[in-house]
Amino acid sequence: MAIGVKVMKRPGSGVSYVRATLKGMALTFKHLLQPAVTMEYPEEKSTSEWRIATRWRGTHRMMTDEQGRSKCVACGLCPQVCPANCIKLVPGEDEDGNRYPLIYEIDEFRCVFCGYCQEVCPEEAIHVGVHYENSEYSRDRFVYDLERLSAQTHAVSTLWDPSDPRGQ
Amino acid sequence: MTPDMKGFLLFSAIKLIVIFTALLVGVALITLMERKVAGLIQNRPGPNRAGPGGLLQPVADGIKNFIKEETRPAGATGALFMLAPVLSFVPAVMLLAVIPLAAPLPLDLDWNLPLIGAVSYHGALPISVADLPIGFLFVLAISSLGVYGIALAGWSSNSKYSLLGGLRASAQMISYEVAMGLSLIPILLLTGNVSFSEIVRAQQDGLWFIGPLFLSFFVFLVAGFAETNRLPFDLPEAEAELVAGYHSEYSAMKFSMFMIAEFAHVVTIAAMVATLFFGGWDIPFTDWDEQGGALQTIATHAMFFSKMFFWIFFVMWIRWTLPRFRYDQLMALGWKVMLPLALVYIMVIAGSIWAADHLLGWGAPRPLSFFLVGVNLIVGWLVFFVLDRGRVIRGSDRRMRGAIAADAAAGG
Repeated sequence: MAIGVKVMKRPGSGVSYVRATLKGMALTFKHLLQPAVTMEYPEEKSTSEWRIATRWRGTHRMMTDEQGRSKCVACGLCPQVCPANCIKLVPGEDEDGNRYPLIYEIDEFRCVFCGYCQEVCPEEAIHVGVHYENSEYSRDRFVYDLERLSAQTHAVSTLWDPSDPRGQ
Repeated sequence: MTPDMKGFLLFSAIKLIVIFTALLVGVALITLMERKVAGLIQNRPGPNRAGPGGLLQPVADGIKNFIKEETRPAGATGALFMLAPVLSFVPAVMLLAVIPLAAPLPLDLDWNLPLIGAVSYHGALPISVADLPIGFLFVLAISSLGVYGIALAGWSSNSKYSLLGGLRASAQMISYEVAMGLSLIPILLLTGNVSFSEIVRAQQDGLWFIGPLFLSFFVFLVAGFAETNRLPFDLPEAEAELVAGYHSEYSAMKFSMFMIAEFAHVVTIAAMVATLFFGGWDIPFTDWDEQGGALQTIATHAMFFSKMFFWIFFVMWIRWTLPRFRYDQLMALGWKVMLPLALVYIMVIAGSIWAADHLLGWGAPRPLSFFLVGVNLIVGWLVFFVLDRGRVIRGSDRRMRGAIAADAAAGG
């Protein structure tokens, strides 16, 4: 006999196939009468039993200050930490010496949605969001520029809190 | 041509067209029903996008299959590759022709039709395309022809998975064909006829054969599942092992034809079970349905349809209940359980009929039926409560235990 064959422990006698079949049929028939547990997705996106987790890391969002400017100070930490290399940042500086991003682009195709950019951001400017419906008709539409990132309105995801590991 | 002949041909043609169309439309709707039942059993709604409640789903499937690209694998045996779906499809749709779908409709008419001329029909019009005197022998013969399509599809595809599927189908069909044929012998013993209309009449005189011939019904049902290649006997297409089995290499309408054939087989098996064991179009506890008339024909057809519908549902119900058999278990069940069971049952029924006839004097249909019900209770108890204890189809651990013991004895 081959070594390492896992022999399942099954009752060798005293079992009735017909009775087991009838029991199985009773079970499946019970399920036939139960209401569907599914959600009609495009019409309803959350039910009383299910909603998308607040920790969901989806489409990015750039936060803005009171004057509508992006909070980003172009420190360069997010392109540095990004494991997928999907953030393109060209820093600029105005006459007062304030740094701001000249170009800030995120390629949502390359992004692995790890959320490191949100964690590393000192100004809490870039966030990953609780949002997942971003299909487009062409590939170049998946590169989100600063304007588009700032225009997002969905909720931002809450980061994992070590003192509350299950998010309660 | 005499007016009688013309009438016969005219009504045959009408029945042929109506039943063939109804079968194909029914098959399309059964594919939807299958998916709906699957969904409901898995606590989900099933297809519900195309049309109200998903009713147009078969249309969408059909259009998709019509406009799909026809692929042809390199090295496929040309003519046979084309022929196989047809060989599978044609026998499947032929089967329903002999099954009486309702009580015969008494007609008494003399028409003068344009183009055709004088047409007359006197007597009862059987509501089946052809009320063949050879009855279920025709079904057994034609349904086993379907395996040619499957085996040839497997072989001509030039693919190892298809070939394995085709071989499995042939082995399975041969194994269960025997049990299926033998399971119908008791019906022959009881009615003395193989014609479906005679079998229905015998069940009206006595009891529905589900009572007097319960084990025949059991063997026939199991063998029927095997014949249609449905779960738990779908080893020819076993998608987990063989991609899609014998139709792996088929696409578009050719693939559709295999599917239509499979579902047409399901319809036929359901109709056969309803006819042979559940009284066919008979409405129980009343003799009104046997008087004949348009109303009776409609009512009996509704009765037949509901019985057939239940068995179609049953096939789907079983599909989502039982897992697929292992190949050796399939063969063991066929040869070691079903075949001996059917053979012994023939002896038991033959003996019982003889005893009832000659020793007890219960030769009339009703007393004989009740006597056989009693016999079946005893035999059924023996089979389902004494023999069915995992002795015949063994789990793998039994064989393994033997192997381990042999291994230990050899000093390993």
